[in-house]
Amino acid sequence: MTALLRLDDVACIRGDRLLFEGLSLALAPGEALWLRGPNGAGKSSLIRLAAGLLRPAAGTVERFGRVALIDEAAALDAELPLRRALDFWARVDTVDGHTVDRAMEAMALHPLAEVPVAMLSTGQRKRAAMVRVIASGAPIWLLDEPANGMDDAAQARLVAAVATHRANGGAVLLASHFALGVPDLAELDMGALA
Amino acid sequence: MLIALFWRDLRRAWGSGALWLPVLFFLLVATAFPFAVGPDAPLLQRAGGGMVWVAALLAALLPIDRLVRPDRDAGVLDQLAVRGVADEVVAAVKIAAHAIGFGLPLLIALFPAAALLAQDSARVETLATGIAIAVPALASLAVLSAALTAGLKGGSAIGGLLVLPLAVPLLIFGAGMLDPSGRGAVKLLGAVSLLLTVIGPFAAGAALRGLRE
Repeated sequence: MTALLRLDDVACIRGDRLLFEGLSLALAPGEALWLRGPNGAGKSSLIRLAAGLLRPAAGTVERFGRVALIDEAAALDAELPLRRALDFWARVDTVDGHTVDRAMEAMALHPLAEVPVAMLSTGQRKRAAMVRVIASGAPIWLLDEPANGMDDAAQARLVAAVATHRANGGAVLLASHFALGVPDLAELDMGALA
Repeated sequence: MLIALFWRDLRRAWGSGALWLPVLFFLLVATAFPFAVGPDAPLLQRAGGGMVWVAALLAALLPIDRLVRPDRDAGVLDQLAVRGVADEVVAAVKIAAHAIGFGLPLLIALFPAAALLAQDSARVETLATGIAIAVPALASLAVLSAALTAGLKGGSAIGGLLVLPLAVPLLIFGAGMLDPSGRGAVKLLGAVSLLLTVIGPFAAGAALRGLRE
């Protein structure tokens, strides 16, 4: 099967520090890979490399399809009601309101649609970012600590969303320092690379 | 998609009363100037036109720290980059939104400001024409310095210093339009403005790319 995301012999240098080198991975439709490891192991850097936000010091990164990214910043306008903040990205991604509705349903955010983003808690903001990812319709999901601050119910919804995405032929690269309980998950221990 | 970006920038510029900040600053300078040099109408008329230009330039630089940095901190720039939106396009949209968001109120504020500085109607007309020509270039420079300094702490002060030398030709030819013998000034102003407006998106786009490294 052809890969959606392929990293070939990639090295990453941040500052003067070599985070990892010789790293290769490929994600085919339906596959998911869990990047695990302690803080500073290079999980976030690998996600940013895969997203094309960082250039690898060596090796190649190839993406075959659109990318949706969650990182530590939610990228939602704090002064807007949640729904309008999400609608902005829906317009950028050229998806319609129903798609956003369904994604909000999946993360149980409908009751908060009119609440300004600034008033949301950390976990709620992560759920909102997840709505953006689900609604984008991108086949490649890059999730950097998506469950930070989420309660158990929200985590279960996240796991369900990942399962749905994989069933629809999407690929997921998931960085998390703790196990999320995603079934059928390949692992890459970043701590062992250093 | 570009329209969504443009409206977002405009909404953020005009929301929360930020629209009035550069305009108030502009009027403040126009009000303070006669107090400083005295209410001598001929003197005000001679020096006032130049003062309007200086005030307009400084007003354009006032919102530098909210043009790029909040978007960078909120991850909006990263999200756009992930979607494959070219940095130059992001910069061009920001320049367009700043030109409208700041240029329109500035042109409106020009009239009371000119009255405070004893400018007659012919000179007001010249000033309005000149500033309208210069607004895209001023917006271009503001976004450029905002992009260059978004990664620095206390960057907005440095931003002003960065831009000032580039803005000097605008000041010279813009104020030169008020000189009765300076008939070529409007063409030179147009040329300088065009040059800066064209360079702006590419230079600011490169600066945005640099923010990610």
